[in-house]
Amino acid sequence: MPMNAIDPRGVGSPLVKGARSLLSRYSWEIMLLIILALTNALNFSISPYYKWGKLLDATNLFLDKGFLAMSMTLVILTGYIDISVASTVALSSVVMAVSYNAGAGVPMPLAMVICLLTGAACGAFNGLILVKFSELAPMIVTLATQIVYRGIALIILEDKAAGKFPSWYPNLGWGYAGVFPVMMAAFFILFIVFAFLLHKTNYGRTVYAVGKNKLACRFSGINVDRIIFTNFTLNGLMAAVTALFLTSRMGSTRPNVANAYEMDVIAMVVLGGVSTAGGKGRMGGVLISIFIVGLLRYGLGLININTQVLMMVVGGLLVLAVAIPEMRFGSLIRTRKPTVPASVKA
Amino acid sequence: MIKAGAHMGELLLELTGVTKTFPGVRALDDVRFTLKTGEVHALMGENGAGKSTFIKIITGVHKPDAGEMKIDGRTVRFNEPREAADAGIAAIYQHVTCYPDLSVTENIFVGHEIIDPRTKKLNWKRMRELSGQYLTQLGADVDPKAIMGTLSVARQQIVEIAKALSINARIIIMDEPTAALTRRESEELYRITLQLRDEGKGIIFISHRFEDMYRVAGRVTVLRDSRYIGTWNVDEISQDKLIYSMVGRELTQLYPSKRNGIGKEVFRCEGLSKTGYFADVGFSVNEGEIVALSGLVGAGRSEVCQAICGYWPFNAGRLYYQGKPVRPRSPREAVALGIGYLPEDRQKQGLILDWSILRNITLSTLKQHSRAGVPLPVKERETAHRLSNLLNVKRSSLQDLVSSLSGGNQQKVIVAKLLAGQLKFMMLDEPTKGVDVGAKHAIYEIMRDLTAQGIGILMVSSEMPEALGMSDRIIVMREGRVARVFDAVGATQEEILRASMTARTEVIA
Repeated sequence: MPMNAIDPRGVGSPLVKGARSLLSRYSWEIMLLIILALTNALNFSISPYYKWGKLLDATNLFLDKGFLAMSMTLVILTGYIDISVASTVALSSVVMAVSYNAGAGVPMPLAMVICLLTGAACGAFNGLILVKFSELAPMIVTLATQIVYRGIALIILEDKAAGKFPSWYPNLGWGYAGVFPVMMAAFFILFIVFAFLLHKTNYGRTVYAVGKNKLACRFSGINVDRIIFTNFTLNGLMAAVTALFLTSRMGSTRPNVANAYEMDVIAMVVLGGVSTAGGKGRMGGVLISIFIVGLLRYGLGLININTQVLMMVVGGLLVLAVAIPEMRFGSLIRTRKPTVPASVKA
Repeated sequence: MIKAGAHMGELLLELTGVTKTFPGVRALDDVRFTLKTGEVHALMGENGAGKSTFIKIITGVHKPDAGEMKIDGRTVRFNEPREAADAGIAAIYQHVTCYPDLSVTENIFVGHEIIDPRTKKLNWKRMRELSGQYLTQLGADVDPKAIMGTLSVARQQIVEIAKALSINARIIIMDEPTAALTRRESEELYRITLQLRDEGKGIIFISHRFEDMYRVAGRVTVLRDSRYIGTWNVDEISQDKLIYSMVGRELTQLYPSKRNGIGKEVFRCEGLSKTGYFADVGFSVNEGEIVALSGLVGAGRSEVCQAICGYWPFNAGRLYYQGKPVRPRSPREAVALGIGYLPEDRQKQGLILDWSILRNITLSTLKQHSRAGVPLPVKERETAHRLSNLLNVKRSSLQDLVSSLSGGNQQKVIVAKLLAGQLKFMMLDEPTKGVDVGAKHAIYEIMRDLTAQGIGILMVSSEMPEALGMSDRIIVMREGRVARVFDAVGATQEEILRASMTARTEVIA
């Protein structure tokens, strides 16, 4: 009862209080920034080739996955997961290359549109299955379509490479728009779009709501199915965006490109503070963790560390991300939560 | 205030001056309580009055800061629940805490298994025999080998009671045992409770239902705001006085009186059928009218509401809203038409618990509170503020998490969410389930306000006094069909009960 309740937040000037609440609200992002700084320090100390001047170029090595991490964030926020994304990248890339090089050939811009449509269709198919058969586990469904999509890519191209793109096309992955790489510019534009979508719109609000309580959302008149379908379609579309940039950098494509991309992408999202149970996490955290995972890979790659070891490091980071909120010192990072008086609980 | 009761026995349990403080909150303040052998003692109070904390002190979950507890006149102090169990105290909770994948016998003997002294192995044969014995003693038809999870909640409770017998419990605490039971199952529980009483056990019975108290208890103790209010013999205190002592203010009438006339028809359904759930259901609701949908749990009442609001598809039937045929295919379409549904399980179906009051209220009407798909915080706050004031949601701010509210206030938040839309027909599924008497009254007041605005209400209710006290007409459903329709004026509980329980006559299509 209010008469004997004590303000658990304690005393302090408004300024201190404000800073403290900001600190507790964004504790995860702050921790990620520290990890990012440490990653950078580590990279500088282990390799003489790791230099500030090269970092802009280096972003081209991992920002292709960054596109996917943003849409994957929406998928995971609703409590779903999509592990078919790497295959979607491969299939859209192969379809683009083949349609450009086929007999009469379609013009490159049209081939790129076809690429985007292919990716969106793959995602839409995932979404459709999951909405129509809601009892199926997203992990299993997208595991199946992962095999199917890459299988289709293999049937179309067999185990060959397709390339011979127009001369301007490599600029997408290698070129600069002013001082920034084209890919980076595109990434940040899309980041603003996604961050706005998630944090400032009705759509974003309902994405969180669905992740928290699907049943209550349905009874509240929210079109849950449409949100899930849209998220998966967006995810497929972003896989195609990844394919555009990746193919541009490689100059040609094969059915086995982007192998195991889903691992890095999911690692980026989860390390970014997005709960796999749904309903929790922010785009900003994902942005920082894209750079952590990417720069870590780049730095370790410079000193020729084996891919397997790289994967282990990423795996370790992932375990850390999942474990940290459970650990005791989590309460040191966060300021203490106000205790709810027992008398007002149900 | 304590007078010699009809059930005199020896003093079994005595607590005096019990005080318990949690950080920032005084949960119990100088509470006293006595329990005699062969007595059922009801413990009542609003949610948050301190009943749960009090029980947890008796069962050794919490240690009191001050106060004394005596069993058989000897002072005891429990350091952990195990010691309370050893002293003969057992508790049965509303949400049964069992191992659903284990058998009945295993559930009864978990923690105090019988071990054969020679072979050092578990003596399953003996345990099964004893389980059977306890269950027969309780007059319950439960197979000791059955898997716990396959039993109904009522049966699981009986198993829990058998477990209490197996540890020779002399003090049995029942925490809202009837909340999840059908009427018939409640009757069974009353019988068992009285039987245990006659065998000399002391029983503490916690319930929000007055009927429970009148049926089984000899004395009643009321807690309010963490304090002891008083103890009375049940047959010497009126319901009004009891409510007054729980709420601390006069509720002139639990059911506020009607203050508006009935308008034209707002909703009607005909021949509504869904294979396996309900068949040929038809009724109408008028503007400003409250129609109760009564019957036993499992009679298909919630399913009908959920079908009407578009959550379930149905096989046959027609719906008319304001005279026009409609068929919403989802709750979203229903809300858009003006038909709202308040689900029965507010935590699972109605709320996003770790969201703020504000966000919960505007969840289903985001479109109204936004421009070009972007929410307008000012507009949202305006609506949330207006509705939570209207419904008197107790809060320190609109940013409070819904999980920190009491059951009654959570229910008000869901009603506020419904009101944010422009509804003319509302289906309220057990709107007062599990909320205390003060909050009940508040919800009834809200319903009266709504009907005064011309809204038609269909209220699913398992509490007969509520159906009689609030509604204009009562539709009784039995096994998926409309059994009878009563005018609330003149209908009696017995008639309604008979209509909802008459023997099986037809099979659902």
